[in-house]
Amino acid sequence: MASAVATDFTNQIVYTDEVAEFSPEVVAEMESHLVKYPAERKRSALIPLLFVIQRERGWVDNEGVNFLAKFLQLEVTDVWETATFYSMFNLRPVGRHHIQICKTLSCKIMGEPEITDHICSKLGIHAGETTADGKYTVSLVECLGSCGTAPMMQIGFDYYEDLTTEKVDKIMDSLK
Amino acid sequence: MEIKAIGCEPLQLKLMHVKDGHTLKVYQKHGGYKSLKKAMDMSADDIINEVKASALRGRGGAGFPTGMKWSFVPRQSPKPKYIVCNADESEPGTFKDRYLLERDPHALIEGMLIAAFALGAETCYIYYRGEYRYLIDIMDRAIEEARAANFVGENILGSGFKCEIYTHTGAGAYICGEETALLSSLEGYRGHPRMKPPFPAVEGVYACPTVVNNVETLTSVPQIIEMGGIAWRDLGTEKSGGTKLWSVSGHVKKPGVYELPMGYKDMEKFILEDCGGMLRDDKKLKAVIPGGSSVYIMNAEQIIGKNVTLDYEGLVEGGSMVGSGGFIVMDETVDVMESTKNLTEFYKHESCGWCTPCREGTDWLVKIFNRISIGEGRPEDAQLLLDICDNIEGKSFCPLGDAAAWPIQSAIKRFPEDFKKWLFNKANGNEITANV
Repeated sequence: MASAVATDFTNQIVYTDEVAEFSPEVVAEMESHLVKYPAERKRSALIPLLFVIQRERGWVDNEGVNFLAKFLQLEVTDVWETATFYSMFNLRPVGRHHIQICKTLSCKIMGEPEITDHICSKLGIHAGETTADGKYTVSLVECLGSCGTAPMMQIGFDYYEDLTTEKVDKIMDSLK
Repeated sequence: MEIKAIGCEPLQLKLMHVKDGHTLKVYQKHGGYKSLKKAMDMSADDIINEVKASALRGRGGAGFPTGMKWSFVPRQSPKPKYIVCNADESEPGTFKDRYLLERDPHALIEGMLIAAFALGAETCYIYYRGEYRYLIDIMDRAIEEARAANFVGENILGSGFKCEIYTHTGAGAYICGEETALLSSLEGYRGHPRMKPPFPAVEGVYACPTVVNNVETLTSVPQIIEMGGIAWRDLGTEKSGGTKLWSVSGHVKKPGVYELPMGYKDMEKFILEDCGGMLRDDKKLKAVIPGGSSVYIMNAEQIIGKNVTLDYEGLVEGGSMVGSGGFIVMDETVDVMESTKNLTEFYKHESCGWCTPCREGTDWLVKIFNRISIGEGRPEDAQLLLDICDNIEGKSFCPLGDAAAWPIQSAIKRFPEDFKKWLFNKANGNEITANV
């Protein structure tokens, strides 16, 4: 018997043919990406549009993927093929604030372990987990291109650099 | 963090500390877009010849001569041609392009326009790593400013030349810094590298002739046109032309982005004086990775008193490579087994999975490092790591495999003590068995 253990990305996907709906503004935003590419190369817009799905839906979900397949005239599997490759697409729900701490060498030797410990103990979770109230997810990620101001983290799309535990406290306090 | 030029006038960094340097107005006040006008009065061959004469080499890491890359584009081809800027800066230790994109976006626009004019391209894409989202907004505004001033769009400056520039985002994949993987990603696919040949210059994005250049490469182009190729080259050395940006991180007092003339003397002075010396005065320099994480790690003996010149030839002679110019400086508190493990985890995570040597090899390397790091290393593990590296290096589909192997090979060879102390743990006095 094949093992029934689900992989990271399939265990959250409820397979459905439901298609997500978006406001006319969001659809217009999506269409604005299409003008960048040749008409017969709509698939080029896939990654930028997956970010729109993620922003609107909170994560890259099945209904959102179904919408994109329709929107770009692709197979649903084409969309999944791309979505599952890139680290920035969340294939399961994440907290409202996604705290991504850089763990690669420069950050590592400049104090990343202390920052990670501090954040995790503050929130009572381990890296890779989400708080019970759904407010925070902490992830350890690879180099974010901010090595000169290590250690650093990214929350959502915002960079926070030259971190100290005191600075982290202030940043965390400012998150709503 | 420092951003400054040493040993030369700031060229790449000219606008870094100028208020509103990212705006068209300030950029033009400092001579911006004059090179584009000058280039548009030149023939395509003349532009390419100036770039060739400048000895500019790709600043992303591979160091391929830019003028030569441009000359591979078949200009008579009936297909549309594309210029793609590689702003997928993700080599650990490298963060120079970020500041160019943040504070001097028009320099990139101008560089791309000159390239597009020379090669007959009407569309340019800037491929950003997904994490650099805030930089895309800055660039989109700059492109709109340039469009309003008729530098971008139809009939540029009344010449009949038309060119569009678009920003595009990746979504977190180091491999997309490899130019053919970048093109796959730009087409909306997984970031898998493609077989070369055909090279992108012949069949790139949408199977059309495409030039993929790093940000710093393209921002050098307006300077080359302005000064002339030979004059720009002479800022550096005959084979390594011009100036270059170096990102410095780790255990130094003044990390930052430094612009140095190629051929700068020397590496020891750069780290111990220009970058402010070691972060903690009582801790000695132990190791430096000078070109982003993918190059050979150097030990202090290879640097101190060795007059290592900072250019393509000098760093090879010194035992490493220019790569992307990302210096990671480590003091004696760093255990090189652990630092190498950290980088190997990076390559495992970033292996795209396309080819077996890299996908499986990096996974096994991490497994062995994990075993070593919990004190269960075996005396033969150093040799085992090297054997696996040997089965990746030169045998993977793209250079990511080499990039995973080189740090390990050089670390074991140059820091054997740091491996011995882990491998001795259970091996009761066994010598390290790696044959290096």
